[in-house]
Amino acid sequence: MAESTLGPPHAASDSASRSRRSRVLDAYLRNRLAVVGSIVLVVLVGGALLAPWISPHDPLTMNLVNAYAPPGSEGHLLGTDNFGRDILSRLMHGARISLFIGLVVVSIAASIGTVLGLLAGYLGGWVDDLIMRAVEIFYAFPFLVLAIAVIAVFGPSIFNVMWVLGLVSWPLYARLVRAQVLALRSIEYVEAARASGMGALRVMFRHVLPNTLTPVVVAATFGIPEAILASAALGFLGMGVQPPTPEWGVMISEGKDFIRRAPYLITWPGVAIMLVVLGFNFVGDGLRDALDPRTQRKE
Amino acid sequence: MLLYVARRLVSMVPVLLGISFITFALVTFAPGDAIRIMLGSETANVENVERMRRELGLDLPWYQQYVRYMTGVVQGNLGTSIVSRQPVAAQIAQRFPNTLVLTVSSMVVALGIAVPLGVLAAAKHHRVADYGAMTFAMIGVAMPNFWLGLVLLIVFGLELRWLPIRGIGSLDDGLWAYARHLILPAATLGTSLAALLTRLTRNTMLDVLGQDYVRTARAKGLRSGRVLYHHALRNALLPIVTTAGLQFGALLGGAIIVETIFSLPGLGLLSINAIRARDLPVMQGAVLVFAVCFMLVTLLTDLVYAAINPRIRYG
Repeated sequence: MAESTLGPPHAASDSASRSRRSRVLDAYLRNRLAVVGSIVLVVLVGGALLAPWISPHDPLTMNLVNAYAPPGSEGHLLGTDNFGRDILSRLMHGARISLFIGLVVVSIAASIGTVLGLLAGYLGGWVDDLIMRAVEIFYAFPFLVLAIAVIAVFGPSIFNVMWVLGLVSWPLYARLVRAQVLALRSIEYVEAARASGMGALRVMFRHVLPNTLTPVVVAATFGIPEAILASAALGFLGMGVQPPTPEWGVMISEGKDFIRRAPYLITWPGVAIMLVVLGFNFVGDGLRDALDPRTQRKE
Repeated sequence: MLLYVARRLVSMVPVLLGISFITFALVTFAPGDAIRIMLGSETANVENVERMRRELGLDLPWYQQYVRYMTGVVQGNLGTSIVSRQPVAAQIAQRFPNTLVLTVSSMVVALGIAVPLGVLAAAKHHRVADYGAMTFAMIGVAMPNFWLGLVLLIVFGLELRWLPIRGIGSLDDGLWAYARHLILPAATLGTSLAALLTRLTRNTMLDVLGQDYVRTARAKGLRSGRVLYHHALRNALLPIVTTAGLQFGALLGGAIIVETIFSLPGLGLLSINAIRARDLPVMQGAVLVFAVCFMLVTLLTDLVYAAINPRIRYG
């Protein structure tokens, strides 16, 4: 959490911003689900980062003699798949892919959305009209439909999945930032900056942008699991990451032909997806409540 | 109100143009050559490519192509399938009702679960029922629908053999025969929306229940069931209806997945098969219909919102 995201840097003195930070942290830590979510994410991210060193087996090495080893077999905690590949190792390497996709997608979407939202809100006029029209048009497409259509044309690959999902999910951030900017535009310190002869760009990036970031950070926290679910769905349909890459959606898609013989082939990746989504959602709820002094907790 | 409707309809025009342009651009500005994508590497010799380019009018400059495309779309002509050689519009018209039935039944499933469960959770705030409902809400949102679909398929289709797992029934065989085929797909598609709406219903109800007029109603001795449903829920419905409408797009997107899992011959399965067969005109038409359908539902939601919200007067 960067300091600049917590409160107006130009309005608050040092000690005030420190006390706000500790209040936010306190509120966050009092939220039990948020703490659980954070722990889940730390474990998942740790497993993902360290996968090349700590995963028990290579995720791609086949061993047909040892196919369909049930969970709990010696050396294969979660069993092996139809090619005898170790499922735990595949899940750990899959976590790398899913988390990476989630981060990249949200970075793309939030960057495009923030810049366009800032321009729309601050400049107004025809720029605002144009950008908001684009937002409306993108919103008119069911998210997954547009993603699938674009990937159908450009071909399925992890690279295409990332930029396509990023490209179709920016409007949310644009709307958020624009609304914030509209609220901020007439606030004194922004007017003061403008009156002192600062250029529009400088006012926007130095004074307005930092104060719009809180909702963006919260939205991004919820955006990551959404991107992970979407990329898993694409992988499942064969429109995303391609086998034999151990992406979780791909693993479910490959496992579905053997569900009667080895249902755990789809159970484990499903559980992994749920854990990561739950983790991010809990953290997102915690962040939102902690950062917004007005929300009362209802959990 | 009438003026508001008119204004909303007019504001749809640029969006419609934008949607149609994007679906048009998808195929026209595709990297490489759309025709090579469609023909595949085996049959893409110079002669075939040129013949098809002329057939599809792809040798014209792009703005002429767009005018041609739009002229066709306005007249209900979405082009011709490359695989079946049938008009795209006819194929879509044949499949679309199935997708509509699927998404609407999923919406019914979602609201049918979410509203009672959310009200119950709010009424039993911080009790077992509340925690149960919230657990469902959290897990339901996190569960990928393609995974849930497979699990339901294994349990109720393959193991228990209670329900069919593929295709669609015919209404000629009676309502039950038809509905049976829809149960698993609609449950799969409706669950995550149900989870989302359960949480929303609960939180909205908690807000409403804390307000003075509800306390008054309680204080004057009305039964709590009547207060819940008559006084509180009616006022909580507005955000629920709005969110449900806006989430219709997620149902349409999810329909692609669910129709694929349960081999349900709707628009989603049509697009996936079209993509696999590199039949771009069919995909293009399906995407356009998906988007227009979602836009109409959004419009409907706005109108319902304006109509039932007494605080808003447009015009």
